[in-house]
Amino acid sequence: MTDPVLRLERVEKSFGTADGVVPVLRGVSLTLDGGETLALTGESGSGKSTLLHIAGGLEAADAGVVRVAGHDLTAMSDTARAALRANDVAVVFQQFNLIPSLRVADNIAFQARLAGRVDQGLIDRLVARLGLAEQMRKYPEALSGGQQQRVAIARAIAARPKLLLADEPTGNLDEATSAEVLDALLALVAETGAGLMLVTHSPAIAARMDRRLHLSAGRVA
Amino acid sequence: MALLSHWRRNPLQLFAFLAGLALATALWSGVQAINAEARASYDAAAATLGEGQFDQIVPGAGDRIAQADFVTLRRAGWLVSPVIEGRLGDVRVLGFDPLSSPAGFGVGQGDPGAFLEQGQLFANAETAALLDVDLSVVIDPGIAPGIAVGDIGVVQRLLGRDDLSRLLVQPVQPMERPALEDVVPGLRLQAASQTADVGELTDSFHLNLTAFGLLSFAVGLFIVYSTIGLAFEQRRGVVRTLRALGVPLPRLVVLMLVEVLVLALLGAGLGVVLGYVVAAALLPDVAVTLRGLYGAEVAGTLQFRVSWWGSGLAIAVLGALAAAGVRLWQIARMPLLASARPRAWAMTSGRAQNVQGGLALLLLGTAVVLVWVGQGLVAGFALLGCFLIGAALALPLVVRPVLERAESVATTPVARWFWADTRQQLPGLSLALMALLLAISANIGVATMVSSFRMTFVSFLDQRLAPELYVGAASAAQAEAIEAGMTAQGADVLPLLTVETQVAGQPAQLFGVRVGPTYRTSWVFLDHATNAWDEVAAGQAVVTNEQLARRAGLWVGDTVSVASDVMLPIAAVVADYGNPRGQVIIGETLFRDLHPEVSPRQFGLRTDDPGALREVLRRDLTVPESAIIDQQALKAFSLEVFERTFTVTAALNVLTLAVAGFAMLMSLLTLADLRVPQLAPVWALGLTRRRIGQLELLRTVVFAVVTCLFALPVGLGLAWVLLAIINVEAFGWRLPMFLFPADYARLGVYAVLAAIAAAAWPAWRLMRTPPNALLKVFAHER
Repeated sequence: MTDPVLRLERVEKSFGTADGVVPVLRGVSLTLDGGETLALTGESGSGKSTLLHIAGGLEAADAGVVRVAGHDLTAMSDTARAALRANDVAVVFQQFNLIPSLRVADNIAFQARLAGRVDQGLIDRLVARLGLAEQMRKYPEALSGGQQQRVAIARAIAARPKLLLADEPTGNLDEATSAEVLDALLALVAETGAGLMLVTHSPAIAARMDRRLHLSAGRVA
Repeated sequence: MALLSHWRRNPLQLFAFLAGLALATALWSGVQAINAEARASYDAAAATLGEGQFDQIVPGAGDRIAQADFVTLRRAGWLVSPVIEGRLGDVRVLGFDPLSSPAGFGVGQGDPGAFLEQGQLFANAETAALLDVDLSVVIDPGIAPGIAVGDIGVVQRLLGRDDLSRLLVQPVQPMERPALEDVVPGLRLQAASQTADVGELTDSFHLNLTAFGLLSFAVGLFIVYSTIGLAFEQRRGVVRTLRALGVPLPRLVVLMLVEVLVLALLGAGLGVVLGYVVAAALLPDVAVTLRGLYGAEVAGTLQFRVSWWGSGLAIAVLGALAAAGVRLWQIARMPLLASARPRAWAMTSGRAQNVQGGLALLLLGTAVVLVWVGQGLVAGFALLGCFLIGAALALPLVVRPVLERAESVATTPVARWFWADTRQQLPGLSLALMALLLAISANIGVATMVSSFRMTFVSFLDQRLAPELYVGAASAAQAEAIEAGMTAQGADVLPLLTVETQVAGQPAQLFGVRVGPTYRTSWVFLDHATNAWDEVAAGQAVVTNEQLARRAGLWVGDTVSVASDVMLPIAAVVADYGNPRGQVIIGETLFRDLHPEVSPRQFGLRTDDPGALREVLRRDLTVPESAIIDQQALKAFSLEVFERTFTVTAALNVLTLAVAGFAMLMSLLTLADLRVPQLAPVWALGLTRRRIGQLELLRTVVFAVVTCLFALPVGLGLAWVLLAIINVEAFGWRLPMFLFPADYARLGVYAVLAAIAAAAWPAWRLMRTPPNALLKVFAHER
C-alpha cells in the first residue's frame, strides 16, 4: 500500500496576538491520497488557510505530525521544506500568485524548471486548455484577475506536484469564470494524479470534490 | 490627521526624508559657510590694508622706501600716506598713519586717540595669541586674520626699521604737482587695478568648492525625491478616500504642501547644524590651502553668518518643494476613482524612458558643444554640469540592455528570475544609482586630476628647484659679497633679478636669468623654438610661463613688449604649476640694461657640497640661517602646500560617496515593503528566505559593479574636463592626464563594499521576515 500524499496527525497551531495567544488549529488529523480531491470548508477564522499553509510546508506546526509524499515536515529545516515545495507541492492562492518580473510563459514553466522536470507537451496542453496562448509574452500586470488565476493553475499543474493545494482559487472570480477555472483544475488533476486539497466557502464547489472536511474553531467538525 | 498618520506608520520614510535633506543641506551649507568665512576675511583684509582700493607708490626694486623719499613727496604736493609692513613669526604686522590713510581706520580700530597714544597693536583673538611682543594687544574681531595693525611709529620700533614699505595715494590729489619720476626716480606708481586682488585669485577655488557642494546637494536631494515619491504613491488610497468623503482637492494639495514645507524646514535646520560641524572641521585645512596657494589669510574659526545658513535653508526648502511638486501635480490630476493600490511604483513608462533618454542626449550634446565654443570658468562648470547630469540620466538606459542580455542568456529558472527581477528593480533604484554614479565619477575624476597633478608637480619641482641652495641678501652690498664669495668657492651662482611689470596687458613678473647649464638641462618647455636659450641669453627672445601665454593668447613665435621700446619674440613657453602669476624670463644682460637700478636679492647656488657652502655663507659672509634655504626643504614645503590644497576636495569626495551610500540604503529600505509581494511567490515556489536575501545582496552588487563600470569613462571624462578646461580657465595652465588603474580598481572595491553595506540590512530584514508576513501577501490587498 502506497503512502498518502498528505497525512496530518493531531496538528496544532497558535498565533500570538495583542490579546494573547490564540489557538487556530486544535489537533486536526486527515489524510489525502494521490488523485483524490478534498474540500476544506468552514467559517472565516476557522483555520482552513493555516491548515493549507502547514500542509504545504509554508508554515510549521506547533505540534503533531505532518507528512507530505512520505516526508516528515516536522523535523525538516527551512531549506529542506523549500526543496519539498519546489519538488512535490504546488500552491494556488486566492491572488498575487505570479512573479511580476517574469512573462506569463516563464511564470508557467518556473516551478517545473525548478523541479527539473519540464514537460513541454503538458505545458502546451495546459496553455491551450486554459486559453492562455495569446497571453504568453505578457507580464502579469497586463492580465485580468481570471487570467492570472489560470496562469497560476497552469504553473501548479505543469510542475507535476504530488500534492496540489488551492486556497479559494476562484474566490475573486465571477461565477462563469469560476466554473471554467474549476473545470480545468479538476480535469488536469485527474490527468496528472495529484492529490488536491481545496479551501472554499462555496458549497457548490465543495460538492464537486471527492470528500469534504468542515473545520470549526480549529477542529474537524 | 489622516495624511500625517502616514509618517507615523512609516518612520523609516520620515527618517529618509529628514536625513536626506539634512545631509544635502549640510554639505551645501558647509561649503557656503567656508566660502562666506573666506570672503569675510578677504573683505576685512582689503579694508585693513587698503589693497586693491587705492593707487600705491612702491619701490622700483627691492621692498623698501626711505623715509626721506616720503617726506620729499609730501613736500612736492603728493598726498600720500606711509605704510610699513613686516613679519613677526607667522603674523603680518602692518603700521600706518591713521590720520592720513585714505583707508581711514580700517575695520573696528575704534578711537584714533587711543590708536595713536597708547602704543599698542590691534589684532583678532586668533592672531593675538600668536604675537609675542612687549606691547599690549587689543583684541578686535574686525581685523583680518593673520594681521596685526598699529601706528606706523609703533610698528617701526617693533620691527627695528626706520623706512617704509609703500605709500597709499589719496584718490584726490592737487592739480599742480610734479611727476613722480621727477621727484623720486626710484619709485613707481602702481594702479589700484594692478594690485593682486586676492578675492579674484581665489574665486576659482571657491567656485570649485561650490560645485562640490552643489553635487553633494543633488545627491542628497535624490534621496528626498525618492522618498517623497514613495510616500505620495503609498497615500493614493488615503487621498482617494478623503476625496470621496468630500474633502476638496485644492485643500488636500495645500495640506500636503504645508506638510512638505514643515518637514523640509526641519530637515534643512538639522542640515545647517551639521553643515556648521562640517565647515568647522574643514576650515583650518581650507585656510592653509588658501594661504599656501594665494597668500590669502582666512580665519581658522567659523562664525554663524546669515548668508550661508539662510541660503542653506532656502535651497533645501526649494529643493524639497520642487521634488514634491511633481508628485502633487500627479495627485492633482489623479481621477477620483483611480486605483487606490500603489501602481507598480518601481515601473516607469516607456514614455518616461524616452523623455529621460532625450534629456540625457540633450545635456550630453550641450556638453560637447560647450567643449568647442565655451569660454570662461562659468562655461567650464556648465560643461561639467551638463556632462555629469547627462551621464547620470543615461545610466538606467545603459544598464537596462545589459540586464536584458543577461536575462536572455540565463539558463536556470532562478538565474532567469534573478535577472528579470533585477531589471524590474532598476527604475526604483535608478535615482540611488545615479547618485552613486555621480559620487564614483567625482572620485575617479578628482583622483585622476590630483594624481596627475602630483606626478607633474613633483617632476616640475625637480626641474625648477635644481639649485642645491637658495640664499637671500639683506642689502645690495651683501648681495655683491655673496656673489663674489660663492663664485670664489667654485659654486655656480644663479642670480634672480625680478621686477613687477605689465606684459601684453597682463600684470607679470619680469625675470632676468643667467642662462647656463642649469636652465638648459633642467627646464622642460611646453613648446619652444630652436636654440631658445641661446636666443634668450643673447637678449633676442623671451621665455614666458604658460599662464601668461594662455591669458594673453600668445605662443611661441609671437612677440611681447618687455620695455617701452623693446619687442622680443617668445622663444619658449614653460609650465609653471602652482603659480597664479604671469612671468616673462629674459637674459641677465638685457635685464640689467633695462633695469640698472635693480640688483639681485636672491641667488640659486649649484654645488656638490651644499653643507660646506652653507657654512661659508654663515661664517664668512654673515648670512643668517633663516636666509638660506636648501632645495630639499623647499621641495618638502612646496609638496606640503600642494597636499593640503587637495585635503578639502578629498574630504568632500569621501562625504559625497558616503551620502551616495546612504541614498542607496534609504532607497533599498523604502523599497523593502514593496519587495515583499514581489518575492513572496518565489518563496512559496521553493526558494528559502535565506537564498532570497543572498540574491538581494547579489543584486545590489550587480548594480554597483555595473554603475562602477559606467562611472569609469564618466570619471575619466570629468578628469579631462577638470584638467584641460577648468584648470586652464581657473589657473591658466594645462596639466597632462595620467591614468591610475590600481586606484580605480580600489575605488571600485570601496564602492561595491559601500553598496553591500547599504544592502546588508534590508537583505537581513528580508531573511528574517516571518512566513506569516509573506503569506499575508496572498490573502490581503497591500
